[in-house]
Amino acid sequence: MTEPVNGSVRAPVLEVRGLTKAFGALVASKDISLDLRAGEIHALIGPNGAGKSTLIAQIAGELMPDRGEVRLDGQEVTGWSTAARTRAGLARTFQISSLAMEMTVLQNAVLGALGARGKVMRFFAPALGDRALVERAMAALEAVGLQDLAALRTAELSHGQRRQLEVAVALTLAPRAFLMDEPMAGLSASGSRRLMSFLDGLRERAPILLIEHDMDAVFALADRISVLVNGEVIATGSAARIRGDARVQEAYLGEEACAGAGGEGRGEAAP
Amino acid sequence: MGVRRETMVNALLLAGLLAVPLWALWADEPFTITLATRVAILALAGVGLNLALGTGGLVSFGHAVFFGIGGYAMGILAFHAQNYTPLIEAFSIPGTRSMPVIWAVAVLASALAALAIGALSLRTSGVYFIMITLAFGQMFYYFTISWPAYGGEDGMSIYLRNNFPGVNTLVPFNFFAISYTLLAAVLLLVGRLMRAPFGLALSAARQNETRLRAVGIDPYRLRLTAFTLSGAITGLSGALYADLNRFVSPSMFSWQTSGEIMIFVILGGVGRLFGPVAGAALFILLEHFLGGISEYWHIFLGALLLGVVLFARGGLIGLLAGREVAHD
Repeated sequence: MTEPVNGSVRAPVLEVRGLTKAFGALVASKDISLDLRAGEIHALIGPNGAGKSTLIAQIAGELMPDRGEVRLDGQEVTGWSTAARTRAGLARTFQISSLAMEMTVLQNAVLGALGARGKVMRFFAPALGDRALVERAMAALEAVGLQDLAALRTAELSHGQRRQLEVAVALTLAPRAFLMDEPMAGLSASGSRRLMSFLDGLRERAPILLIEHDMDAVFALADRISVLVNGEVIATGSAARIRGDARVQEAYLGEEACAGAGGEGRGEAAP
Repeated sequence: MGVRRETMVNALLLAGLLAVPLWALWADEPFTITLATRVAILALAGVGLNLALGTGGLVSFGHAVFFGIGGYAMGILAFHAQNYTPLIEAFSIPGTRSMPVIWAVAVLASALAALAIGALSLRTSGVYFIMITLAFGQMFYYFTISWPAYGGEDGMSIYLRNNFPGVNTLVPFNFFAISYTLLAAVLLLVGRLMRAPFGLALSAARQNETRLRAVGIDPYRLRLTAFTLSGAITGLSGALYADLNRFVSPSMFSWQTSGEIMIFVILGGVGRLFGPVAGAALFILLEHFLGGISEYWHIFLGALLLGVVLFARGGLIGLLAGREVAHD
């Protein structure tokens, strides 16, 4: 089923095959297939209502598809719960920050480290006295630049800092793949640039399936882009191919995005 | 301030709860000692509920079940011991008057009940969870009313307080000391548990279940464990309460009892370790002083509860120690 592993094509870490989901007459996902390969950032774009959230929910395990399968590292996880998929190595960040707001920044990161380690039924020794947990959490906070705010209540963080903490918690999980739902949403220009350069380096640790509205970020970062329109993937390919794809232009991109791009055919090929 | 101020308030509460009966001992006021004992025992029931309600966010309106099971564990064991009838005829297992054995049975029985009730109720949440736990409470209530073997509606009296090795439990202060020590020990354990990985994850399950799942932890097992521990603690307090009164009756299972335990938690401060201690103390003080003025003292209690819910969500501990600060 999977593509052969050789020098040019790396094995997919995350694979979606023939995913279909309908809500009554509305088909939100139409036979969607895409994959995420080691070392890449694969961006998923599409206009509002294209079915991005529905697709993400099915990949993350919040929603069961009617047909099709989700594979992680070659293992089928279609029927698994969100928590089980996370334990198997899929870490996600949310479009709207989802954190334990009454806890400190450090406690949120420690919670991630705890989830990664898996031994939650410990009743006596303080979690914050566990050096292995705290070191793992602090390393993740340092990676996103939140180490100085570790003792702050999460509710007191700014919007941008909460986004950073989301990424830090995902880092503590040391996942096989990241699933990031609009990580730049609501960030300032400088915050956005910082996160971009961070994600740029992160792809070598684990590949990222990136849902993002910020087109500059998508075209700057993504190795491959998939375009979702009306529940269907209409194109997958490199940034240049997507820019030049006539159907994509028609369905989604504005005039400015197309300007200057050559008129190549629609790309289904690997990069 | 923060953590240290709350620690100080907690220490003062614990010291105060010990100082009052010590004074009463000196002033020869045995009734005051009994009041302090009630505070310690009811606070223990609240500490149990607070673990589920405060830390876990599980609004159980059926904790009287565990309080009652603890009570009846004591009542049934002591009843057979005082009548010299075997507890289980077939194996001629006798009753017992030993407190430690009674406590062990009470804790085990209420933990098992909590495990079973939790396993069913925790599949729901919100209002449905409240209603299901309430329904279980009512089931036990009506069952004990119609169970003639142990007094039915009238309940049963135990003539002598049960024994504790090396202590004369008939001396009011001694029984207070036993109850107080158990309360302090449970507070210590629950305090540790709240900071341990289990407590951190349980608290996350309350604050943001989606987040917890997204770090690979399923909330169900955490909540079931918390509910079971919570029931066990409230069960222990029920056994002590029955021993204090030397009497058990179906009213221990009533929904009013569930409500009162909840009131201790809310008055004192939901989710605060010493909240139920402050809440139970305030409740008993009100009952004692306002109850002397009018038998309708619950009107004042209601007004106070309304005030706390509307203006002081942190309860008494919140007023004294400020907003909760994350540990360490």
